[in-house]
Amino acid sequence: MLANFMAWMDKRLPLTDAWNKHLAQYPAPKNFNFWYFFGSLAMLVLVNQILTGIWLTMSYEPSGDGAFASVEYIMRDVDYGWLLRYMHSTGASAFFIVVYMHMMRGLMYGSYQKPRELLWIFGMLIFLVLMAEAFMGYLLPWGNMSYWGAQVIISLFGAIPIIGDDLTLWIRGDYVISGATLNRFFALHVIAMPLVLVILVFLHILALHEVGSNNPEGTDVKKPKGSIKPEDQSKFKFHKQYTDKYDIVDAIPFHPYYSVKDIMGVAGFLILFCWVMFFAPEGGGYFMEAPNFEPANGLKTPEHIAPVWYFGPFYTILRVIPDKLLGAIGMFSAIIVLFLVPWFDRGVVKSVRYRSKLHLLNLIQFSVCFIILGVLGTLPATPTANLIGTISTFGYFGFFVALWFYSKNEKCKPVPERVSH
Amino acid sequence: MSNVPVNNGRRRFLTAATVVVGGVGVAGVAVPFIGSWNPSARAKAAGAPVEVNVGKIEPGQLIRAEWRGKPVYVVRRTEATLSGLAKLDDQLRDPNSEKAQQPSYATNAYRSIKPEFLIALGVCTHLGCAPTHHAGDFEQFVDGTPNGFFCPCHGSKFDMAGRVFQGVPAPLNLVVPEHSFTSEDTILIGVGPDASKGEA
Repeated sequence: MLANFMAWMDKRLPLTDAWNKHLAQYPAPKNFNFWYFFGSLAMLVLVNQILTGIWLTMSYEPSGDGAFASVEYIMRDVDYGWLLRYMHSTGASAFFIVVYMHMMRGLMYGSYQKPRELLWIFGMLIFLVLMAEAFMGYLLPWGNMSYWGAQVIISLFGAIPIIGDDLTLWIRGDYVISGATLNRFFALHVIAMPLVLVILVFLHILALHEVGSNNPEGTDVKKPKGSIKPEDQSKFKFHKQYTDKYDIVDAIPFHPYYSVKDIMGVAGFLILFCWVMFFAPEGGGYFMEAPNFEPANGLKTPEHIAPVWYFGPFYTILRVIPDKLLGAIGMFSAIIVLFLVPWFDRGVVKSVRYRSKLHLLNLIQFSVCFIILGVLGTLPATPTANLIGTISTFGYFGFFVALWFYSKNEKCKPVPERVSH
Repeated sequence: MSNVPVNNGRRRFLTAATVVVGGVGVAGVAVPFIGSWNPSARAKAAGAPVEVNVGKIEPGQLIRAEWRGKPVYVVRRTEATLSGLAKLDDQLRDPNSEKAQQPSYATNAYRSIKPEFLIALGVCTHLGCAPTHHAGDFEQFVDGTPNGFFCPCHGSKFDMAGRVFQGVPAPLNLVVPEHSFTSEDTILIGVGPDASKGEA
């Protein structure tokens, strides 16, 4: 019965073939470690955001007069409304945690290097859209921090010479942030951005499966056809799209081996996620900020305005540069340089395991600077904080400059042909 | 089906013409989508002038008014504050108000019509936050200056004429909007003495 149905379907849609190509017969390197959880976790969070988001729109009112009250209505009067909202708000922070870890993995193991440049760029586009999505979503509760956060970020475009002022007016749709701004952000947040996000995730995975997964050793599991003796090849059945062109070594089918492993990751993740959601949904004021519990007030900026934690690093870079236009340029450059990592890195050895001490130190100083910038972004702008922020900004950009210089003739260890464990 | 040989030149022309006409169509369709983001007629209409009674403001006190959805700061400056303004000139970006951040009738040492009343938009020229008025405790930001404005967002500093200090992110002085005195104690924000309107 089921077999007949599948046969009927397969004649009309390549269902079984797609399942095999991308899951049951996809050759994934056998040595994936902890860092490889975060791709599937990001997908899980995306599904969570879309689902809870759809449910939230059922009770939310996107208008300057009604938005704040409708969020309180969701929290107090709608059955399970509080849970759906906390799933969504905790999910937003979780999204950035897993995406930052996912990006760190890529940097550590050189997963952006040839031939994975486009894969990396799709990933960076996802990150960019995700930031826009989160920024617009943060305006929707129409709290005072929502209001002033949006005010600051939209004003950034005012730093652009000549067209700046008209551009900010066009983005806001009013002379100040108002219901008009809220409504368009709502439309973009619930329809436009999620659509783009889902398409980009699809392309990201398609590109990944075309070039194949990297691994912590930075070796290639797809060897030229005919170069590996049959007894040395992986014993599993892989899709002919891969085996026609390559001999596969050190790989296992994604399903069931990594689908099961990822379930372990999901379980661990959900324990942490649920703990935050149930016991600390405001994340100590970092996931939901105190001024956002009062309605938007265009006449009163909160005493201490800080972005949500995940924008902290970029916000600090903006703040430490004492010039409006240069500050905005610095902030956007911090994201653009990430797009260009595949070209800053002129080396051929992928994994940090086989690269120079210098590269390891550079990666560490980059991570430390990124974390310091993030912490500073949530603190007031004191002279000391600005000094530390300036140093960390140099460290952040210095990573890319230094990488470009030393990677050309870097002294690396020999990379093994095969995964040895 | 005719058997006329393929005319590649004509094909190329037709392809190019289709692309051009299609491109014009796409550009035309984009107009309403982009245009609908402009401020609506309702948003444009909500810019009426606002009247503020300044008679009851104590010396040194600041009151806030709302005009076009933005905060307007009205400060009654003391003699000491006014006489201290000139001392700051060499610490400021634009001490003589050369940039057009104020109407011509407020382009003077005090950036106001009557020296004692400062009328300025409470909108930081960096990224639009509302600077905080520090009365008496501004010395923590600028030595020897008891009063001023400090923007909590990115640390920009302004003196009591709304003039921006050097070394901060804000590039320009605070905007002085069009305003006029309709009586001894009443100002009208949004309309200048010569009935001119707008922000500067």
